[in-house]
Amino acid sequence: MSEAKEEILGRIRASLWDHPQPAEPIRNYRRVSDKSQEEIIEILVDRLIDYKANVYHETAETIADRVAELLGSSSRYVVPTGIKQEWLPEDTATRARVVDSGNADKPGALSLRELDAVDAVVTSSTVSCAETGTIALNSSDQEGRRAITLVPDHHICVVPVETIVDLIPETVARLDFAKPVTWISGPSATSDIELIRVEGVHGPRTLDVIILK
Amino acid sequence: MSTTALGMPTVRHGVGNIFEFEPFPEYAEKELKNEQLRANLGFATHKIRDKRAAVINELPDWQDLRTAGSMIKQKVMANLDTYLQEFEKNFTAKGGHVHWARDANEANEIALRLIREQGVTEVNKIKSMATAETGLNEFLEEHGISAIETDLAEEIVQLGEDRPSHILVPAIHRNRTEIRDIFRKKIEGVNPDLSDDPAELAEASRFRLREKFLTNKVAISGVNFGIAETGTMTIVESEGNGRMCLTLPETLITFMGIEKILPTTQDYEVFLQLLPRSSTGERMNPYTSMWTGVTPGDGPQNLHVILMDNGRTAALADQVGRQALHCIRCSACMNVCPVYERAGGHAYGSTYPGPIGAILTPQLGGIEEQYNSTLPFASSLCGACYEACPVKINIPDVLVHLRGKAVDLEKAQGEFEGGKKDRHIQMDAMMFGAKTLFTSGKLLSLATRGLPASRLITGRSHKISKLPGIVGGWTDYRDIPEPPKSSFRNDWKKERGEAPKRVGGERVDLQALIAANQGKLAEAHAKAEAANPIVKEAK
Repeated sequence: MSEAKEEILGRIRASLWDHPQPAEPIRNYRRVSDKSQEEIIEILVDRLIDYKANVYHETAETIADRVAELLGSSSRYVVPTGIKQEWLPEDTATRARVVDSGNADKPGALSLRELDAVDAVVTSSTVSCAETGTIALNSSDQEGRRAITLVPDHHICVVPVETIVDLIPETVARLDFAKPVTWISGPSATSDIELIRVEGVHGPRTLDVIILK
Repeated sequence: MSTTALGMPTVRHGVGNIFEFEPFPEYAEKELKNEQLRANLGFATHKIRDKRAAVINELPDWQDLRTAGSMIKQKVMANLDTYLQEFEKNFTAKGGHVHWARDANEANEIALRLIREQGVTEVNKIKSMATAETGLNEFLEEHGISAIETDLAEEIVQLGEDRPSHILVPAIHRNRTEIRDIFRKKIEGVNPDLSDDPAELAEASRFRLREKFLTNKVAISGVNFGIAETGTMTIVESEGNGRMCLTLPETLITFMGIEKILPTTQDYEVFLQLLPRSSTGERMNPYTSMWTGVTPGDGPQNLHVILMDNGRTAALADQVGRQALHCIRCSACMNVCPVYERAGGHAYGSTYPGPIGAILTPQLGGIEEQYNSTLPFASSLCGACYEACPVKINIPDVLVHLRGKAVDLEKAQGEFEGGKKDRHIQMDAMMFGAKTLFTSGKLLSLATRGLPASRLITGRSHKISKLPGIVGGWTDYRDIPEPPKSSFRNDWKKERGEAPKRVGGERVDLQALIAANQGKLAEAHAKAEAANPIVKEAK
């Protein structure tokens, strides 16, 4: 044990000279939602729009067309390895996907420069919290490594309806903390100048959310 | 490093930016003359206060969350050694490296060594209170390493060669025109016609920092929470500069105060609700990053955390004061504080301004150091901070407790003849006089007859602007209206004549009276609590 560690732990024990024994925390805050799925989806959409994200409702049949429209006719976009092929439009001469291998050390991973040069990224998501308008990515093969949803300026994120929950405790319960987790609540923003919220600083400046039934 | 014997145990205070170098009232008086600062601060604190109130009112269980947050923090402090070791074990098992630093200097030295191992001369930084506390940027600069602040507000402060004045919005004292002028002067290649539109200013920052994000190999951060059970660390932010620093570099060095630990992810769910609503007044901040050690092929592979004491164990030793360590750095207390709103953050000297700074700084750095003993007096004890605190830190209680310590200290070390000790002798004499006066009807009656005479000193303005001796402190900053021509007691006597004289036999039996009313008091308290939830909170 390092000398500093030993000393700090010793100081802590000495400072707790009175042996405080606080009660177990009382958790009577809401941990399970009492709302219907329809209500929950409605709240999520309301919150996302409030944060200046664009929200679209699609089905398995319509999603590829929507993605095509959001990408525009001319676009090079990155996708993770596990993205559902049926969500993506056919490549054209001017619109093409690039698959990132998901591991920066393995072949097939885009360099940061390459990521900076693509126009957009399309991913799925693990769980979304309606009450706060938050989408959680948890490094699945449908979400990819963290850099691909950060460096490109436009993130198109699919939120399957079954992944939407109401409350933060319900959100936390669905996450695997052994893998990196990123929570996104609207596009990058700052309120540092006169507390005026401005969308778009360093993260993706456009966030399109597709709610998939 | 100062050492103080509190009877039990001996504590070691920290070093770094945790000192007030000028008595608070003197610093505040200078700042009060800066009209621009007061206008900017007043605007900003009121705006954020309103936003916060709106999002807190959305939650039906806000008070339950506060209670849970407070209780979790009490549990953390009572078992801090256990949780820190659990965190270290789990973070290390996932490929991270844990370092321990007794004070700010040791933490800075560790960071410098780790940076030098990477052979770089420039590092990116995420806004961090811990590194502001240790003065890391200045320390690195002295050793030939530039630390680039990537948070917009910190960037404004850094480019303006200024000091942060608020823990959440460090450039709260600057308005958009001032910021535009700083950017025009300091950002290389910026559009010379850059306007003062906040969106354009943010764009200028994106332009400046993108290259730094893509090329710098080392980043330095603080942390909002570390979870013992999993070894997970987390940072909440808005702009994406945090994600850039946590994801793109090869090496990440995180400064973490030892009090930042949470036992489990179930505890974490409470704080993820308390922090954003309390700090920026948003339901959730735009980005929250959580990482558990090293993930192969994703993010920094060389991961370090520096667990820092720097006076925290000294605060922990104080039974009343230790709750200051529950602070999650949300800044709600400064946004509601009438003193902060007028004096601004710089007046507090330390990295930690506002009400929380007034109780944290003297405990971390030592109340006997510099002018830290003036900080607990930088409050009107109105209690707004306590009501705003998401983890229910009873700041007014701790302020009063620390005032007591400050006075004891001055009595013990001050000099006579007009020195600090002299003031306390005057105060004690005055209080003794007041006690004699107010306990005797006859003496009080005689004293109030002197009122017309006191009108002589008020002069034409009908105000008293300068009182002598210790009570002069009151009139340094305000006038006293002229006393009335005659006292209430005398008027009463004129209107209603002499009160009937009490004879010895009628003397009230105080003990019996208290006993008879004991039940009623508890009843009244219960009733008041039921009617007013704030009273309940305050208990």
